[in-house]
Amino acid sequence: MKLMKPSRAVGIIGYGAYVPRYRIRAEEIARVWGGAEDGLPIEEKAVPGLDEDTVTMSIEAARNALARAGIAPTDLRAVWIGSESHPYAVKPSSTIVADALGAAGSILAGDWEFACKAGTEALQAAIGLVGSHMAEYAMAIGMDTAQGRPHDALEYTAGAGGAAYIVGPAENALAILEGSYSYVTDTPDFFRREHQHYPEHGNRFTGEPAYFDHTLRGAQGLLDALGFKPSDFTYAIFHQPNVKFPQVAAKKLGFKPEQIAPGLLTNKIGNTYSGAAMIGTTATLDLAQPGDRILMCSFGSGAGSDAFSFVVTDKILERRNKATKTQWYVQRREVIDYAVYARHRGKLVMN
Amino acid sequence: MDLARHWRLKDQRYRLEGTVCADCGAKFFPPRQVCLECKSTNLTPREFNGHGELYSFTTLRSAPMGFEDQVPYTVGVVKLDEGPMVEAQITDVNADALKIGQRMEMVTRKLRAQGDNGLIIYGYKFRPETKAD
Ligand SMILES: [Zn+2]
Repeated sequence: MKLMKPSRAVGIIGYGAYVPRYRIRAEEIARVWGGAEDGLPIEEKAVPGLDEDTVTMSIEAARNALARAGIAPTDLRAVWIGSESHPYAVKPSSTIVADALGAAGSILAGDWEFACKAGTEALQAAIGLVGSHMAEYAMAIGMDTAQGRPHDALEYTAGAGGAAYIVGPAENALAILEGSYSYVTDTPDFFRREHQHYPEHGNRFTGEPAYFDHTLRGAQGLLDALGFKPSDFTYAIFHQPNVKFPQVAAKKLGFKPEQIAPGLLTNKIGNTYSGAAMIGTTATLDLAQPGDRILMCSFGSGAGSDAFSFVVTDKILERRNKATKTQWYVQRREVIDYAVYARHRGKLVMN
Repeated sequence: MDLARHWRLKDQRYRLEGTVCADCGAKFFPPRQVCLECKSTNLTPREFNGHGELYSFTTLRSAPMGFEDQVPYTVGVVKLDEGPMVEAQITDVNADALKIGQRMEMVTRKLRAQGDNGLIIYGYKFRPETKAD
């Protein structure tokens, strides 16, 4: 198997989450459209405020990550953002975020695209950058303000949120990387063409050949390469487009419900796309203990999975209290109705 | 679109960068080139930590041009712990929950967009302070 591991040991030295304050309940969406075909996939999802987008949300998650890492912004050598909702079609989000952090200008910045695995793709690259001694510290962010076409099945789940990670040398890590693995093929389950507002998806085609095939091969590939069983892990986090998919994937791989529970947030914040596996992992780090082993496995349509194995160190105990925790953001909620939701998501034509 | 003006303002807008007088220690936001206290021109950039207290606030129901799609919204004055008073929009809170004197913190948000094809302008706003624990 093709385990990826840099010659220099690296890990996560800081992390931060962000979820906007507004929520719309799935039953409110169903009320407007006369019910959902297959029942409601989640309870409620997070909706960005009028003044929020992938850039502003990334800035807050990144500031939380810097507070936990305890490094100066100018120590970063990369700020990379994975998203499918960058506010500009041409103009990087990452330069705005890097400048807002005070990390510009001796720095790499770039926006990554790979549906929902753009953030973990950026994380793989950050591991390589630090692992090769090209940099001491690099930041990878997965953040989205996902949109579903009104009345489409995706409208129930397309949420908003994500997380930022700072990769650094293992000596300074709150979670040390044991290795990673990626599995990618050309699978057209979900896509959005240039200039189109909403994505197209293959309905049931998105399940077996896309999400499950890549997630299972990604996670199992990493387990095999490291010689681990599911029982060797304290926690596991999978990409979560709804509640059911990660539960089924975990079960097929042999993980127990309690291993995925702390990182399964979709029911409350929706599918945060590039942010989903990454914010599930910040929620898990917020309560993990030194010595715990954590599997993070993303999935992005198109399609592919990135799987990572981390072991938590005693540095977690002091660092996690240095910034706002994931569950604080999850529990902060202001419920809005469909009319306010339509306004927040730019669905009202003003002129 | 006045790109150069917005670009010049980004340090103060993105991260609350003002100035501090090297001679008498007075701090200024927005940044000043000449000290109001001692007339010194020996000022250096200073990034404020963004925490302070709500000094006053009011809610606007009709807005100036460029902000029409945001009404109603709340603007306030925050007295930074480091001294300067900053006028800004208040976000992430319903105005009826605000109290004079309450702890506030800076966040970077979208201030406005210049139509559908222009610049998106980001900058500081304030919201009630969140706690790490
Ligand atoms: Zn002076």
